[in-house]
Amino acid sequence: MKRIYSSAHLYGRYISVILRSTMQYKFSFFLMVTGRFILAFNGFLGILFLFSGFSTIREYTYGDILLCFSVIQMSFAFAECIGSGLKALSGMIRRGEFDRILLRPRSPILQVLGTKFELGRLGPMITSVLTLIIGILKSQAEWNFGKALVLAAMIAGGTVLFLALFILGASFCFFSIEDGGILNILTYGAKEHGKYPVDIYGKRFLQVCTYIIPYAMIQYYPLQYLLGKTEHWQYGLYPLASIVFLAVCYLIWLLGLKNYKSCGN
Amino acid sequence: MKKYLSFFRVRFSTGLQYRMAAVTALTTQFFWGLLECIIFKVLMESNSVAMPMSYSAVVSYVWLKEAFFALFNTWAADNEIFGMIVDGGIAYEFCRPVSVYTMWFSRSVGSRMAEAALRCGPVLLGALLVPAPYKISPPSSLFAFFMFLLTMILAMGVTVSFCMIVYMLCFFTISPVGWRVLLTGAVELLSGAVIPLPFIPQPYRQVIELLPFASMQNIPLRAYSGDLTGDHLLPAVLLQVFWFVVMTTIGVLLCKRAERRIVIQGG
Repeated sequence: MKRIYSSAHLYGRYISVILRSTMQYKFSFFLMVTGRFILAFNGFLGILFLFSGFSTIREYTYGDILLCFSVIQMSFAFAECIGSGLKALSGMIRRGEFDRILLRPRSPILQVLGTKFELGRLGPMITSVLTLIIGILKSQAEWNFGKALVLAAMIAGGTVLFLALFILGASFCFFSIEDGGILNILTYGAKEHGKYPVDIYGKRFLQVCTYIIPYAMIQYYPLQYLLGKTEHWQYGLYPLASIVFLAVCYLIWLLGLKNYKSCGN
Repeated sequence: MKKYLSFFRVRFSTGLQYRMAAVTALTTQFFWGLLECIIFKVLMESNSVAMPMSYSAVVSYVWLKEAFFALFNTWAADNEIFGMIVDGGIAYEFCRPVSVYTMWFSRSVGSRMAEAALRCGPVLLGALLVPAPYKISPPSSLFAFFMFLLTMILAMGVTVSFCMIVYMLCFFTISPVGWRVLLTGAVELLSGAVIPLPFIPQPYRQVIELLPFASMQNIPLRAYSGDLTGDHLLPAVLLQVFWFVVMTTIGVLLCKRAERRIVIQGG
């Protein structure tokens, strides 16, 4: 217990240092947040414009799609804000900075996470909150307390899932010095294409997203429950599966850490 | 002219070095294109309303966009230039007996073309091998193909001259990241990277089509499939030339101003 408390305290210190240094460049920070907001807003406008000519896409309405879009955007924004340190790991290894981290008597993953905290990544959050509100009002779902909980679980589960993918991508750096860019397909790809429920892309795709990378667990299945398209209330619990995925990715990280050979100085 | 050609050549051959990165990028681009094609197919099947573009035109648009992505994206600008502006390395650039604007312009064109040359082949091959509805169709006519090539060169010119303006603006703030994200963020939708511009309803579409961003990838990708042809094509090409001239002029002027008041940030 004491260890968890002191880790949290350390992480808090890391964040406060990073935030203070970000605030030295206030104008740039402002531009960055606005820019990221616009970038995410483009995605929303894309959906809005497409649905001005079409009314439904495979029985999903405009509101349903927006609900899905905002859940993915929001969880990705949270995960990227916390986890950008993991994305920079390959550079740290190449420059030999990771060796320094290993010398310190603290958990390596905590220190890697603590190298970056990009508040500017929260720019898309403005878009997600906006689309979430429209989505809640316009979707086919009939809201009650349970469904609100499921929606929150989808966002939390999504954050965990994306963080797990960032950890997985960072673990690849231990095995090869090449940039783990291949994982970008899984993270950015999901952010980009996850705005539509995955079953739209076909049955095979849904299977991949259920059993291999569990996107459907935080998106498709709970969404079916929210929209009242299924009898199975268990679908509402599926976002919990992201925790299992996180555990698997963390094991791979530990395995990679054992395998690590320094390559810089 | 010869020295600028060699800046182009240097960037072109360094660009060809990163083969591994190219392979990952290729996979990304292939899946990206495929998923996008599927979405448009489902959209068409779910609704009987008239589409603003034929499905085969949309498919060609999507695949060409992925294949020539490197020529037209505005956010993957030359990081070295931003780096130099921040760390003071820029001082060396100003020492050289060449025009900074033209030098950077040829560098950018070189690295973009190298990347596109590496990527377009495999992506287009993939686009030819996928099954029927998602397969890319040949250009609608020989004329359309020539217009595709011509407008593509112009579109790249407009894109690079836009990026040059972004580089120049970075001289006027300390940290360049903000400008970059803000400006390139605005371009995505307006240039037709999110959805093809014909899908944008009127009256917005009319206004957007006059902006410089519509003179980027929007024109060549639609000229290929014959979606943009005849009476609409000529004004579009003229508009491209117009924006290219305007943006280059703005860039050169900004460059002159920056040269006069430049402060080197360490180094």
